[in-house]
Amino acid sequence: MSYSTLSMAPGFTARRICWSLLILGFVFLFAVQRQIDDEMGVYAKISDVLYIPAGTNLRRLSLGNEGLLADIYWTRVVQYFGRSHMENAGGRFDLLAPLLRITTDLDPQLIIAYRFGGVFLMEPPPIGAGQPEAALQLIRRGIVANPDYWRLWEDLGFVYYWDLKDYKTAAKIFKVGSERPGADFWMKSLAGTVAAKGGDIQTSRLLWSEIYRHADTDAIRRTAEVHLTLLDALEQMKKLDSLLALYRSKEGHQAQSFYDLYASGFLRGLPRDPTGVPYVIGPNGQAQLGQGSNLKILLAQ
Amino acid sequence: MKSMNRIITIAFHTFKEAVRDKVLYNLIIFALLMIGCAILFSSISVGIEEIIVIDLGLSSISVFGLIMAIFIGIGLVSKEIERRTIFHILSKPVRRFEFIIGKYLGLVFTLFINTAIMTVGFYIALFYQTRRLGAGDLVPLATIYFILLQLAIVVSLAIFFSCISTPIMTAVFTFCVFVIGHLLSEMRWLGEATHSAMVKKVTAVLYYLLPNLSDFDFITRTAHGEKISGALILSDSLYALLYVTVLISASILIFEEREFR
Amino acid sequence: MLAIETTNLTKDYPVGFWRKRPKRVLEGLSIQVEKGEVFGLLGPNGAGKSTTLKILLHLVFPTSGTARILGKELHDVSAHERIGFLPENPYFYDYLTAEEFLNYAGALFSLPAAERRRRTVRLLEQVGLTGSRNLQLRKFSKGMVQRLGIAQALINDPELVFLDEPMSGLDPLGRREVRDLILGLKEQGKTVFFSTHILSDAETLCDRVAILNLGRLQGCGELKEMLAMGIASTEIVMESPRQELLGELKIYGGDAVRTGDRVRVAIPKESDVPAVLGRILQAGARIISVNPVKMSLEDYFLAQVAKDSRESGRQENRVQ
Repeated sequence: MSYSTLSMAPGFTARRICWSLLILGFVFLFAVQRQIDDEMGVYAKISDVLYIPAGTNLRRLSLGNEGLLADIYWTRVVQYFGRSHMENAGGRFDLLAPLLRITTDLDPQLIIAYRFGGVFLMEPPPIGAGQPEAALQLIRRGIVANPDYWRLWEDLGFVYYWDLKDYKTAAKIFKVGSERPGADFWMKSLAGTVAAKGGDIQTSRLLWSEIYRHADTDAIRRTAEVHLTLLDALEQMKKLDSLLALYRSKEGHQAQSFYDLYASGFLRGLPRDPTGVPYVIGPNGQAQLGQGSNLKILLAQ
Repeated sequence: MKSMNRIITIAFHTFKEAVRDKVLYNLIIFALLMIGCAILFSSISVGIEEIIVIDLGLSSISVFGLIMAIFIGIGLVSKEIERRTIFHILSKPVRRFEFIIGKYLGLVFTLFINTAIMTVGFYIALFYQTRRLGAGDLVPLATIYFILLQLAIVVSLAIFFSCISTPIMTAVFTFCVFVIGHLLSEMRWLGEATHSAMVKKVTAVLYYLLPNLSDFDFITRTAHGEKISGALILSDSLYALLYVTVLISASILIFEEREFR
Repeated sequence: MLAIETTNLTKDYPVGFWRKRPKRVLEGLSIQVEKGEVFGLLGPNGAGKSTTLKILLHLVFPTSGTARILGKELHDVSAHERIGFLPENPYFYDYLTAEEFLNYAGALFSLPAAERRRRTVRLLEQVGLTGSRNLQLRKFSKGMVQRLGIAQALINDPELVFLDEPMSGLDPLGRREVRDLILGLKEQGKTVFFSTHILSDAETLCDRVAILNLGRLQGCGELKEMLAMGIASTEIVMESPRQELLGELKIYGGDAVRTGDRVRVAIPKESDVPAVLGRILQAGARIISVNPVKMSLEDYFLAQVAKDSRESGRQENRVQ
């Protein structure tokens, strides 16, 4: 039984009109929302997060919700990073450092942000922002806020080791880190190895596999994986170089290609890098990554 | 035609009742003070004076507009039910949908006038700061228009909740939806990032169901001199219109069945 | 055509917070009100009077039963063009003045502006608010709001007026004025349907009444007939009577109550009164007052309806 005053006027079924408006409204809303999403995309690129430059101010403005806000900013970091990766292959990540800074200002205990920043601020384009100084700054701030978290020392030392090739400083940092409570035993030996030998493939492999094993995000894990693959390739190329040297001393001339080594029985097949692209012999007579190998970009660093 | 007359009558008296409320005056005065303060703040910072005036001025308009929208939106509809002034209206030859539409239009008109007053205050502050007003200074008008669209949606929310609950709960619900409405895009993204198909679906549904108010936030962009595209103005207007239509239709359907004891 | 006709009107309200149970507040009400009649709906608080009015005005909807107002069904709000309504304990807008409020009410009837002004002036005069016409309603006293409520109910010159407790909140003078106003409406041939729990109001105004208790119709018709009215007792107050006199009066069944110097005796039989008065005068006591005490509505309910309440109370218990 309906008591509605709407059902009154003959032929004027306003109730039905209301229902129609309700349903049609939502259908159209759906369409318009998608349209807006497209249009807003233009604005989203010029990220509005930077308009409040200091996270500490934002922290005050958040009226006690800074944790939530930090989480939101963290998602923005990931979002920004992922989107930039997809959209511009030769990408720069100008906003990565300030975004991370705001995020960690809001929530200084957000370890993932430091670790993520450590890797991707350090890594040169196209993988990261190529700002090792910014990476160092971020991790140092992380260490101040989280003095007991030894892996930040590992990350800090790693930037010196990997990107800046400052093995002395790296060794010192690894040593300090190894003295933090709970630090893994290898940190201590790492400090020694780096001090004695500087950069070698073994140490690099150890560090990258640590990063790989303890990666908090897929992006870090993938990056570490790529680096480990590259280290594999480097090792393989080293072996190939020694084979080439052996060939030269046995046959008395340079090999023109790896087919020569195969024909002479030095190799059981044509050597390929871990991504499946055959190695070639470079103008300097040493093994090189073949044309079209993805690893090539990394090696250029 | 008589129906239209009654709607306009209700709208007009809603406006009249609203503008005489001291609370509203105080809010407007406070908002104008905030806008005035923008000049003070900007004088102690170097290089971004105009940005601060625009940021703080437009934010004041938006925040105080919201408070007014929730305040009078509830005060004038929910209270009408609670204090039973509704008896007086509905015992006249007024259809219930006329009441809802009239109330809504009256409230939106009130907000429009208030926003207009605050806008004038804003431009006075801006002129004081820059000593000139050019064509470029029209950009904030589009932003203010977007704020109004937002408020129009908030008022329709307040009316909708008034139809189903008490004044206090209406205030709470309206504010909650307002906040969620601003976080929807973040929520959507979080949903997309999860591996749970369930969460994905739920966030997508909410995204389209709740009012996506962050699509109307252009204050900071305006402060940095960004223009709002005509296409976006059009689709945002359409969005607000549709959303209000949906909420008012729903309100009417609920209100029609409501008993006033 | 009848002004109001209800058939088996029944209303249940859901009560309880978690599990809502229906509570019957009106049961099978069937009444008919002729045009031009002043009809009173009587009953103690909670009898279902307001519910009845709200159903008739389409503010709440009947659970079952039907009703027609001026020949139209309840949901046909166009009937409201020709009716006026004063809610119980009305509350109007804080920030409108009396004049503006009546103007608003008139506009809802789509009256032209000039007509609205004319009627506003006349009605404010009629309810004695001319002096306060420019005062905002939040500054009004309860009695003033009540008067304004009556004025707004008459703005459309209605054929049928619903008044829910029209006398409440009024001082004796105000009650008198409202009483005259209702009689004036009757003279103009309007139908007045009002609810009250005060018997004397009903008595002076109503052609017919319906008596409700606990949602049920107890009777409908002329009040005197229904209540088998008459004088319950006669109360005589005298000053400084001698003790022997009081002893004598006992044979008439009168109990004496002493308050300071004065003594009040109630004589149950009307026919004994002249004899009693004679005795008092003979004894030389001074008579202060002689008052016929009528049965009040409360007495009526206590006497006639209490048993019904008990019965339905038992029924309710059984249902629960």
